[in-house]
Amino acid sequence: MKANVILDAKGLACPMPIVKTKKVMNELEPGHVIEVQATDKGSKADIKAWAESTGHQYLGTLEEGEVLKHYLRKSSNEEKEERKHPHVISNEELEKRLESNDNIVVLDVRESAEYGFNHIPSTLSIPLGELEARMDELNKDTEIFIVCRTGNRSDLAAQKLTEKGFTTVFNVVPGMMYWTGKTTSI
Amino acid sequence: MAVKPMTSKEVAKKVMNKEPFFILDVRNEGDFADWKIEGENFDYFNIPYFELLDGVEVIMDKIPTDKEVLVVCAKEGSSVMIAEFLSEAGLSVSYLVGGMKAWSEHLEPINIGNLKDGGEIYQFVRLGKGCLSYMVVSNGEAAIIDSTRMTNVYIDFANSINAKITHVFDTHLHADHISGGRVIAEMTHATYWLPPKDAAEVTFEYRALEDGTEVTIGTTAINIHALYSPGHTIGSTTFVVDDQYLLSGDTLFIDSIGRPDLAGLAEDWVADLRESLYKRYRELSEELVVLPAHFMILEELNEDGSVAEKLGTLFAKNHGLNIEDEEVFRKLVTENLPPQPNAYQEIRETNMGKINPDEEKQREMEIGPNRCAVR
Repeated sequence: MKANVILDAKGLACPMPIVKTKKVMNELEPGHVIEVQATDKGSKADIKAWAESTGHQYLGTLEEGEVLKHYLRKSSNEEKEERKHPHVISNEELEKRLESNDNIVVLDVRESAEYGFNHIPSTLSIPLGELEARMDELNKDTEIFIVCRTGNRSDLAAQKLTEKGFTTVFNVVPGMMYWTGKTTSI
Repeated sequence: MAVKPMTSKEVAKKVMNKEPFFILDVRNEGDFADWKIEGENFDYFNIPYFELLDGVEVIMDKIPTDKEVLVVCAKEGSSVMIAEFLSEAGLSVSYLVGGMKAWSEHLEPINIGNLKDGGEIYQFVRLGKGCLSYMVVSNGEAAIIDSTRMTNVYIDFANSINAKITHVFDTHLHADHISGGRVIAEMTHATYWLPPKDAAEVTFEYRALEDGTEVTIGTTAINIHALYSPGHTIGSTTFVVDDQYLLSGDTLFIDSIGRPDLAGLAEDWVADLRESLYKRYRELSEELVVLPAHFMILEELNEDGSVAEKLGTLFAKNHGLNIEDEEVFRKLVTENLPPQPNAYQEIRETNMGKINPDEEKQREMEIGPNRCAVR
C-alpha cells in the first residue's frame, strides 16, 4: 500500500502516536496519504476517531505482526470545486451497467491506499497524479467510467482524457463516498 | 499548579464514601459511553484527549473549581498530558495512575463477617468491573471462590493474615472475566474445584464439584456445601458457607438474576434457571446472607462498600424472583438481553485452558462491564 509519507510511531504509548500524526499531518499536502506505523493497540480506535473529528479521511489499518499500519488521507477542499466534464453517470446507473456485464472499463483515480481498502471489484486503479504517465494503459475505443471519492478528482481525470482524444468518458457521481454496490479490498 | 497522581485505591475510597468528585474522562466517546468509573456523587465530562492537542481553553468552563478533579484515560499517558495542560492553565488536578486498566484490576477486600468458630469471610470487590470474589478463612486455612486473574492480591492477602490457601473454587465457568483459580491452585498447591458440567472441555486437572459436596476449611468444621443450581450455565453451583452465607455465583444477584445465554442458547436453560431460583432457593433458609459473584449498579453496594443481602429480603425485593408467570419469566431472560460481555467467547476458552493469551491480551479481553445479569 503506497503512502506519501511514512511516520514511525512504533514503541510509543498513547498519546504520542496521535500527537506525532497531528504534527506530520499539518505539514502534509492536502489529498496526500500518510502511513502511521504504531505498536500501541489503542491507536487504531483513536486514529479513526481523531480523523473523523478533524475531517481527515481514515482509510484503514493493516496489521503486520505487532505493527499496526494506519492509512490516512489529508482533507482537501475537493467538495467545493465546480465540476466541468459534461458527461456524468450516477452511481446507480453504473451499478446497472456493471450488472449487465457490458464491456466497460471502470477507472478509479483515487490514491492507491484509498483504493486498497475499498473499491469496486474488477476496476482499474490509476491515481490522478499518475494518469498522464499511464494513459497508454487505456483504450480510446472503450467506454471509460471514472470514479473517485466525491466526483471531483474523476472530473479532472475525465477532462484530461478528453483532451487526449478519448471520446466516451463518463464521470461517476457522487462516487465512492456514497457507493452502495459491491466493493472489495486488497 | 501541581499535577498529582491518584491511585485506584484512593478512587475506590471516594466511591465507597460517596464523596463528591469530578472526572474528566479523555477516552473516546464510545469507550466512555460503554464503561466509566461509577460514583454516586461523581460528575463527569468526556472529551477525547486528541480534541485537546491544541490546548484545553475550550473546556476550561466545564471544569469545576470547587471539587477535586481527576483526569482519566485508558492507560495513563493521555491523562498525564491533559492534566499538565490543565495545570499550566492554573488548575490543580490529578490523573489516574495506570488509567482504566488499573481501575479495572483494583480489588478492595472487605470483611463481611465472622464465622461461628471465629473464622472470617472476606469479599473482594472489583469496583471497575463489578466482579466479587471471596476468601473464607478458618484456623489458618483459606478457601478462595470465584477469584479474578489478579492472583497476587489473594495470595498476598492470605499471607498477611497468616492463612494457607488450601482450596480454590469457581462456582461456574466464567464468561465475563478470566479466572485466577487454576493459577492460584498451582502456586499454592491447593485443590481446584469446578462443576464438571461446566468443565467438559477443560484441558487441565480439577476436582469435581457435585451437588452435596462438602469441603472443610480449617481444623474445625467450616463447611462449604455445594448446591447444584443450573441456569446461568449448565454447571452453575451455589455454596452455603458455615450455614450462614449463600455464595450464589452468577445465579442470583442483589438486584437482578443471571442471564442464561452466555454459554449457549438461552432457551435451553430457562427452565433450569427458573427451577434453581423458584424451587431450590426457596427451600433454603431466608436468613442466609446472599453473596453474589457480581454487582451491576452502585445501588447494590451497602454502606461499607460490600455487596450482601439476606435471601429473605431478595425474595421480597428482587424483581427476578417475583415473576409468577413462567412465560413472562422466559421472555425476560431470553429477549432483549443486554449486549454480551466483551470477548466473552475468548474468555470462556481461556478459562477452559484452550487458549493462553498473554497478560496484555487478557486485560484487553476484560475491558468493560461484566454484563452477566438480566433485570
